[in-house]
Amino acid sequence: MSTQTKDTTGYLDMELLRFSTAGSVDDGKSTLIGRLLYDSKSIFEDQLQAVKDASKRLGGGDEVNLALLTDGLRAEREQGITIDVAYRYFATPKRKFIIADTPGHIEYTRNMVTGASTADVAIILIDARNGIIEQSKRHSYIASLLQIPNVIVAVNKMDLVDFSETVFNDIKKEYEGIASILKLKNVIFIPISARDGDNVVDASDKTPWYKGDTLLHLLETLPVRKDETRLPARFPVQYIIRPHSDDFHDYRGYAGRISGGSFKVGDEVTILPSKTQSTIKAIDEGTKSLEEAFTPQSVSIRLTDNVDISRGDIIVKSSEPKPTVSGNVSLLVCWLNQRPLNEGGKYIIRHATEETRAIIKDVHYKVNINTLENILDDKTVKMNDIAHISIKTLKPLKYDSYGENRITGSLVLIDENTFETVGAGMIVHNLEDETFTI
Amino acid sequence: MSNYKLTHLKELESESIFILREVAAQFEKPALLFSGGKDSIVMAYLAYKAFYPAAIPFPFVHIDTGHNFEETITYRDELVERLGAQLIVGSVEESIATGRVVEEKGFNASRNKLQTVTLLDTLEKYKFDAALGGARRDEEKARAKERFFSHRDEFGQWDPKNQRPELWNIFNGKKNLGEHFRVFPISNLTEMDIWQYILQENIPLPSLYYTHEREVFERDGIIYAALDAIPRRESEKVEVKRVRCRTIGDITCTGLTLSSADSLEDIIGEIASSRITERGGRSDDKRSEAAMEDRKKAGYF
Ligand SMILES: Nc1nc2c(ncn2[C@@H]2O[C@H](COP(=O)(O)OP(=O)(O)OP(=O)(O)O)[C@@H](O)[C@H]2O)c(=O)[nH]1
Ligand SMILES: [Mg+2]
Repeated sequence: MSTQTKDTTGYLDMELLRFSTAGSVDDGKSTLIGRLLYDSKSIFEDQLQAVKDASKRLGGGDEVNLALLTDGLRAEREQGITIDVAYRYFATPKRKFIIADTPGHIEYTRNMVTGASTADVAIILIDARNGIIEQSKRHSYIASLLQIPNVIVAVNKMDLVDFSETVFNDIKKEYEGIASILKLKNVIFIPISARDGDNVVDASDKTPWYKGDTLLHLLETLPVRKDETRLPARFPVQYIIRPHSDDFHDYRGYAGRISGGSFKVGDEVTILPSKTQSTIKAIDEGTKSLEEAFTPQSVSIRLTDNVDISRGDIIVKSSEPKPTVSGNVSLLVCWLNQRPLNEGGKYIIRHATEETRAIIKDVHYKVNINTLENILDDKTVKMNDIAHISIKTLKPLKYDSYGENRITGSLVLIDENTFETVGAGMIVHNLEDETFTI
Repeated sequence: MSNYKLTHLKELESESIFILREVAAQFEKPALLFSGGKDSIVMAYLAYKAFYPAAIPFPFVHIDTGHNFEETITYRDELVERLGAQLIVGSVEESIATGRVVEEKGFNASRNKLQTVTLLDTLEKYKFDAALGGARRDEEKARAKERFFSHRDEFGQWDPKNQRPELWNIFNGKKNLGEHFRVFPISNLTEMDIWQYILQENIPLPSLYYTHEREVFERDGIIYAALDAIPRRESEKVEVKRVRCRTIGDITCTGLTLSSADSLEDIIGEIASSRITERGGRSDDKRSEAAMEDRKKAGYF
């Protein structure tokens, strides 16, 4: 009992790492997640039994289809593919993980983007037999657009190529070329067999030529994104707390989630877009008051002055670089809907806590995923296309570039009629200045 | 220089509070679905923190099957009082009485499925446009697929094959008239996170979660409370055992665990070494392979 108590206190302050899978259909993403969960002993007996039963029912005989641990929808099981992201959780003594297992099928790219948008690490799988194909490139492109800080390229199904070092090295070499065009940083390569477990949790004896870490070890040791706390402070106001009670008669708290840097009581702040100045009087978190708070804490800020602030405004530190306040925004967009982007059309925009409308002013170019070149003559942005566009918003946005800040640098486009989320936008100031150059 | 590092519990708390506030900001008439189980208790507590010192800006809705443990109802009423929340009860018994649903018969009868109709009727009656649920993605394979902001059509149905993309922390709660959203602020908490959080925040729980002596009987390997809500076969003998609930639902679908855990630390130790999931003891999931997906499509919690 005493050892268990020790474990639980250790568990109370663990680090969280979010990672997602990527790669073409059938490259083995779901199988890999199943294997990772299984070999790290994160599967419960009743879950395993249910997956065994389902494997048998789906005609797999006695072999357990580990992909069924994430492919939980009826349609997914019938078709043997992943349709939407499955979130799975596991922990080792070192870290807690949130996994997003995403679909490889091109039709469901929007769901892959959904899963990847919050990831600290992307594991891109490549079938050793097929090498790098268009969908592997598309997902790499998206990982690069989203600026996922760490990329692991897992060359899978090594069992089907006799664990050949040459096959692995050829793929690695080709991918390095792509990675340098896409400015992907921190790319690590690893030969695996998701089906059999080689180099997933346990090192394989079939790849003596591979001297690197197992996948789990990498996940346990890769740096978690934490540098947001060193960015210029950003506080998009989400909601105003006014108790209207006798005890808290004059209380007025601006609730939100810190989206860059940190704030302290006494900090001089500027409210945008109005440019009003004030000072932080208090920072409340639930029933407690704090001296200081940082990204990504949800708090409410009280100011010394009674100023006019509403949802959508952003509080920043007066001493730090300010975001751009403008209705003209240039962005890279990943299109997610059947209906193509309508140049000249209007869309609803959600950016941080702001909502406004925008008109699409210009489509500069779209990207040919296969050659990674820009297409200038065909500007129809269809589902799964990536393009560079300019918009003009009704209310000014208070933005940074996506490279500077993932929250104040991202937005979504919403169809005015169907209300569907149709585009994911990453704001760029000047393409040449960005880490991402095309 | 300060140590700017959040523990996973703080990070998850912050995410949940962000979503609760987003619901209050984006919807005209949200409600918090309160079942009396630990997950909805944690959600209620997070809502309290999210809006403190103001009152929680939406009512709690409890869909009461009429087969609840007495402790659940007592706890519910005390909690609502303590948090200063407003409570609306949707009654499955009323739905039965007015002929909206027909009660299942037999030994395995459960009102679990009937709840969906009462829930949708209650949402409709009060014109709620968002219902906050305490579902977690680690609970079940269909839940593992659900968005934080989960769109429902005018029939209250979920279309798992065509969910809206949900990027970064931008949530799109826009909808047409008659449609609504289910929102799951604690999606990313696991069972262990929930218990750790309850321990960290010192949240009082219904006594059912701790070990107690109770008259029980066994059916298909699951231990149930020997109460009137579940008709027993003659062969099903009643015994007194030391048990506790790992999840709490309606009496008819809550399996009890043999346990002597009488503190949160004990419970956490027990869960850390458990080899079956908490829903392993829920008979409502055992009806078929896609039981949860089917119920969710129809508008279940
Ligand atoms: N031989 C071998 N087969 C594998 C390996 N990994 C996966 N497979 C098989 O490849 C097929 C596809 O695996 P999945 O895990 O469903 O592929 P996926 O990448 O998740 O596919 P989508 O999600 O639909 O894009 C299944 O039949 C797996 O059993 C491996 O390492 N070796
Ligand atoms: Mg898959």
